[in-house]
Amino acid sequence: MEDRIPTRMGDGTLARLTRSEIRADVEDGVAQAVRRAKVPPLAADEIDHLVDLYASPAKTVGVDLGDEIVLSCDGSGMKTHATREQDMQSYEQWMGADLLELCPGDYSLKVVRTILPYEAQCLHDALLSTVAPMQYGVMPNLGLYAKDDGPCENWSLLLPAGRIPEARAACEEAAEMAVADAVRMADVMYEAGADAIDFDTTGASGDPEFWATLRATEIIREKYPDMGVQLGMAGEFVLGMHGELEYKGKRLAGMWPLEQLHVVQEAGATMYGPVVNVNTGKSCAWNTARACTIVKPCMDEAEIPVHMNAGMGVGGVPMFVHPPGDAVARSAKAFVDILKVDGL
Amino acid sequence: MARMQMTRGMRLPEAKQYVASKLGVTPFDLGDTATMTEVRNEFGFGRIHSYAISHPWQANFIEAKFNISRVLDVPILCVERFKERTGMTEAPTTH
Repeated sequence: MEDRIPTRMGDGTLARLTRSEIRADVEDGVAQAVRRAKVPPLAADEIDHLVDLYASPAKTVGVDLGDEIVLSCDGSGMKTHATREQDMQSYEQWMGADLLELCPGDYSLKVVRTILPYEAQCLHDALLSTVAPMQYGVMPNLGLYAKDDGPCENWSLLLPAGRIPEARAACEEAAEMAVADAVRMADVMYEAGADAIDFDTTGASGDPEFWATLRATEIIREKYPDMGVQLGMAGEFVLGMHGELEYKGKRLAGMWPLEQLHVVQEAGATMYGPVVNVNTGKSCAWNTARACTIVKPCMDEAEIPVHMNAGMGVGGVPMFVHPPGDAVARSAKAFVDILKVDGL
Repeated sequence: MARMQMTRGMRLPEAKQYVASKLGVTPFDLGDTATMTEVRNEFGFGRIHSYAISHPWQANFIEAKFNISRVLDVPILCVERFKERTGMTEAPTTH
């Protein structure tokens, strides 16, 4: 009779599975990724490696010496236990952060425009007292541009009412506003000395938001070639809230990571962060196998660094407010060993 | 390496090779705390400080970034701004 090995589910709870059950989960995760995203399966040795990883009794696992990667942690300057500047100094000094990120507490693009000088002052001052590169981060969060939070008609209400042309017009209006705000934000942060801009959770409001972020990235990179743009996604494929928006002739709705990578590179971004959402009813082994399979096609074609999003609810990390370290370490090692990611 | 990725879009192997060659170490050395402590001391790249381990004579923060920019031959925007705002260089009329 097989031993039952402690392992994690996608919601963070502990489960005890046999090695055979873990293997079945890994193989099913791969199969589901192939079916859904139309990508090739993982190789047999890669599947074996995932099984070994998740069947290991070790609490923490790590990458091999020499395989260290860069960690692009967001939100390190969001005010947790001290001032935002002190928080980033703590991240750098105590946690060895590879890069730092100043961001507003709301973390949304639209709210930043009214406090830009204050944010730029914080960034300017923090840059003088830290060593690691520092970016300014926001979520495009296009939904805030719709009523009641913003000036545009609310496409989330228009769509179920069947008012499709009006919904699309509202999406397009909001997207143009977001582009203007993003470029203005980049103008100010460039003056303050930011090393990069981070657009996090891009596409949370679907293809209009993805379009706006790509367009903003293109403008920013053309204006400021010495300032980077990191573009991280919100979901594994782009929701078609508009359905017909294109970027340089490519329809954005329905894009999976490989197609996302292509347009992100065309826009001129310097880093790309794919997302694979976690299924909380499945094991972490299943989720990580699925994530590896979906993202693997990106790795051979990437011309810019690929930083897999591996955090709460994405990238094989449990959807739990304090993700267990054993789960986080396993998915991280899987992405390094199998995908050869440039960072997380 | 994060800086080479963020601002130059270098993939990880390229970033490691670039930084290692500038510092006179191997890519493997970049992940070795013992080696990199000495390297950071040598080049004035800044280091972890604590009450018991203080090095007030070494470059830190913006000073360290001046050294990083020079040694790695990569423009760092806050260093350029520092130079402009202190009169070390002329500020451009527009950005």
